[in-house]
Amino acid sequence: MKRAAWFWGLHAEPPKWLKVVLTLLPFIILIAIYLIASHIRLLDNPDDKFLPSPTKMVESVYRMAFTEDQRTGKYLMLEDTIVSLKRLGTGLSLAAVFGLLLGLNMGLFPGMKALLLPFNIFLAIIPPLAVLPVLFIVFGVDELVKVVLVFIGTSFVIAISILRTAEKIPREQITKALTLGASQLGVVYRVALPQMMPVLINAVRLSMGAAWLFLIAAEAIASTDGLGYRIYLVRRFLAMDIIIPYVLWITFLGYAMDWILKKFVSRKYPWYQVAEV
Amino acid sequence: MVKDPKPYFLYLENVHKAYGDKMVLDDIDLAVSKGEFCTLVGPSGCGKSTLFRLILGQERPISGSIMVGGKPVGYPNPERGIVYQKYPLYPHLSVLDNVLLGPRFSTGIFERYSRRKEMRDEAMEYLKRVGLENHKDKYPHELSGGMQQRVAIVQALIMKPKILMMDEPFGALDPSTRENLQIFTLEIWEEFKMTVFFVTHDLEEAVFLGTRVLALSQYYSDGRGNNFGRGSKIVFDVALARRVNATAVKDLPEFRGLIQQIRQDAFDPVHFQHVTRFNLKHPDSFQTLTEEERKDL
Ligand SMILES: Nc1ncnc2c1ncn2[C@@H]1O[C@H](COP(=O)(O)OP(=O)(O)OP(=O)(O)O)[C@@H](O)[C@H]1O
Ligand SMILES: [Mg+2]
Repeated sequence: MKRAAWFWGLHAEPPKWLKVVLTLLPFIILIAIYLIASHIRLLDNPDDKFLPSPTKMVESVYRMAFTEDQRTGKYLMLEDTIVSLKRLGTGLSLAAVFGLLLGLNMGLFPGMKALLLPFNIFLAIIPPLAVLPVLFIVFGVDELVKVVLVFIGTSFVIAISILRTAEKIPREQITKALTLGASQLGVVYRVALPQMMPVLINAVRLSMGAAWLFLIAAEAIASTDGLGYRIYLVRRFLAMDIIIPYVLWITFLGYAMDWILKKFVSRKYPWYQVAEV
Repeated sequence: MVKDPKPYFLYLENVHKAYGDKMVLDDIDLAVSKGEFCTLVGPSGCGKSTLFRLILGQERPISGSIMVGGKPVGYPNPERGIVYQKYPLYPHLSVLDNVLLGPRFSTGIFERYSRRKEMRDEAMEYLKRVGLENHKDKYPHELSGGMQQRVAIVQALIMKPKILMMDEPFGALDPSTRENLQIFTLEIWEEFKMTVFFVTHDLEEAVFLGTRVLALSQYYSDGRGNNFGRGSKIVFDVALARRVNATAVKDLPEFRGLIQQIRQDAFDPVHFQHVTRFNLKHPDSFQTLTEEERKDL
């Protein structure tokens, strides 16, 4: 029989080395295009800011990350990262706890579901950015409002994904727990809840994109620090040499958090088998 | 009540169950004494699992009364242990934790702490009984189907239920594993002196295990005519002498004859027995038929 194709068709079986090459290929192409375009533009006008050269970006990163700011005496990039992660982490953790409890109770108690689900869906559909002005009025323009925006933007979605999984817990499992002497709360917190933990973490992973979106939006509009604030601040000077490294840094942070949570799930919940996302 | 329900562990009278317009159980009357090993067979979709859920208290009948241990059914509780074919165990708990779940649920937080060694030892005793003590730290997905089913039985047994309810527990197992578990079930039934209610679609299994074989079927006739959606009734109910727990009996002619008879009475879609002529020889058996049903057409 003929060897399976490497790349084309339903039956393709790319060898390992090819997979590595294929993974890197789009990145290499993107970087190459950037370098060529940047080079051409800089030949034309050495002061061009639109596509800064790698050297320029390294210089900027060095200035932002490894030298103290003259005015505040702090390392700006580190400072921005810490405040942003704090806001993101607080908002997402609160959303996870809230979404878990809400979703679990709706998923298991038909009365709770009838009471809360339609309202929850209503709240989930409101575009959080559209009510941002209201949030500013209610929660002020300090730390709280950024955390609240991240929370609002993710918690209802997490609750619904927990609800959908909790609903799918087989009736038989619940009946069996009752025959083993469980109280109703025992069913919720000792049979259902532990099974929801990996689902919750995966829901948080999926909400991470939305969480970053809302965080950066809030920081861009009303803030004096944070990664989003910095990007929007330097945009005024068209400082692509700072914006590009910041975007890459945010992407890296997002990727790292996702990877850590993914590893955590497969380490801590070996019984939870889903296709690797 | 037609009969006095007191002497029976399980008592159903005039029980009807429908889903929407579809009548599934049509006037079920059943009295089961304590300690009986009841097996229930019937064609696929005739309502065995439905009857199972009613006795368990997971669902309510649309009419009729169900008494368990002299009281109205109520909701599922530790009096009734269950073993299903599907979802035998909790996927997020190790084998030992699965077995310990019942004892932990039914003790207070302090007792759970002070008696933890005792509870663990007891659970290990049970696991030894089924030869799984070396697998105690594994998760269910790491066990074979037969092993999972053994853990599930132990998980229910440790609560010492008055009645063990099993719905096609061995349906997905290969023949030899199945036979081992049948023998094991008979052993624990004798040892624990429980009542067992065992649903299966395998006639051989039903006749081999039961002291009483019940068949549920929609293939019968009565005075209500032909063209209407009737539900299933108990069409066959006989007592069997308890033989030695040897699988050799499966080859005896009486054994095969009985299976033939049940197959004809309950499983044959063109053989319609009239309600008044069902084979209900078991001494506890009774019927609450309406005048209309009794009529011969
Ligand atoms: N929750 C439900 N809603 C609607 N119809 C149902 C429901 N549960 C069962 N039924 C119907 O009731 C009938 C009996 O189902 P049941 O599961 O009790 O059959 P069974 O005898 O256990 O079948 P099997 O041997 O295949 O397990 C079937 O026709 C089924 O479609
Ligand atoms: Mg069934």
